[in-house]
Amino acid sequence: MKKVSVSFTLNGNTVTAEVPVTWTLLKTLREYFELTGAKEGCGVGECGACTVILDGEAVNSCLCPIPEVEGKSVTTIEGLANEDGTLHPLQEAFLKNNGVQCGFCTSGMLMSSKALLDQNPDPTEDDIRTSIAGNFCRCTGYVQIVESIEMAAKESK
Amino acid sequence: MIDCDYLRPDNLEEALGLLKEHGPRATLIAGGTDVMVKIRNTKKTPEVLVSIRGLKDLKYIEKRSGYHIGALTTHRMLEQSELVKAELSALHDGASRVGSVQVRNVATLGGNICNAAPSADTAGPLLVLDALVFMEGPEGKRSVPITEFFTGTYKTVLKKDEVLTEIKIPGEMEHFGSAYWKHSRRKAMNLPILGIAVSLKLEGEIISDVRIALTVAAPTPVRAYKAEAFLKGKPMGDEALNEAGKIAASTECCSLRDSLRGEAWYRGEIIEVYVPRMARLAAERITRRRSK
Repeated sequence: MKKVSVSFTLNGNTVTAEVPVTWTLLKTLREYFELTGAKEGCGVGECGACTVILDGEAVNSCLCPIPEVEGKSVTTIEGLANEDGTLHPLQEAFLKNNGVQCGFCTSGMLMSSKALLDQNPDPTEDDIRTSIAGNFCRCTGYVQIVESIEMAAKESK
Repeated sequence: MIDCDYLRPDNLEEALGLLKEHGPRATLIAGGTDVMVKIRNTKKTPEVLVSIRGLKDLKYIEKRSGYHIGALTTHRMLEQSELVKAELSALHDGASRVGSVQVRNVATLGGNICNAAPSADTAGPLLVLDALVFMEGPEGKRSVPITEFFTGTYKTVLKKDEVLTEIKIPGEMEHFGSAYWKHSRRKAMNLPILGIAVSLKLEGEIISDVRIALTVAAPTPVRAYKAEAFLKGKPMGDEALNEAGKIAASTECCSLRDSLRGEAWYRGEIIEVYVPRMARLAAERITRRRSK
């Protein structure tokens, strides 16, 4: 199987992966780097459980061919908390508001909302709902998730 | 996925060279939101993937003697463009309703119409905005009106060795108001049961020019010419708009089809209701723009 060598920035560190050319970013994260925070739900860009931030934008890592990541910057859920272990305001807010139930969608939810807050620190409820429209949660009914993101936005000010 | 070559040319010339070199073995990939799904669903990987995602020169929205939109412009760029929102409103409506933010961040306008799904959300808007599609291949550049671009479900006039480079919308469209309605069961992450796009120009209360497009209704996106002809020259009002809706839903404009997402009779009723609504919204948008 043809392999490709791809260098990029992963959660702030420069890394190189040697993986089959047909692998996606998601598969590379999970199986090469063993970062299993990003989940494979549907594998076709519908559920958002694999959401990561690629050069500042939320993307479905399951639809991203690994060669496209060359030279880019990727942030995953593993890179969200501070190095000393203190949580990101979004993570704190999800905990306080019960924004997590089974947890499968959570890493994707957090990455989508981080991309939102990075671009728009003062989002409306509509902005929040649009930003997570591609992240399916089958437990919470979304209300606590939206409240969590609202709280994080407020507290980050 | 099995084995394949993934080639990332640096410019259009290189991309065209690779398409020529690899012929039918090559598949073009841009944002990948259709191609990657197809690969996964069919478990068939093309022998050669030629990725044009890195061609930054094909990513732009510019207004100069018309509107020029590069083929690799993402749906998210269209959604966030004030120019598109104000002056090409139907395209803004369509682009903003594709998939999710994650999908719109990578999915391209060129890809949406090259994939040529009957449900493509930018196809209806581009039809009512009189778009011209520019392509480049070994024999040089050519362009076709969007009305001639789609030849069937998932089929277009684009040849295997060509790349779609630009969508151009004529400058006169700045005098039109336009709107697109994606009729679907959910607000997001859904394909339309039906898409209705309308653009029109007003002289006083008279509709001096109008275009109506229907997507998902037929195997390809279509214009409802008969309904347009009826409406042209009529005053804006319920009577004319409702009649235009009826004509658009009739067999004079397209033979509606049953499918998984909706039955023909239902689609007909939606057309009757939404052609007038979108016409009113398009007119409202002209008024709103003038008052600014």
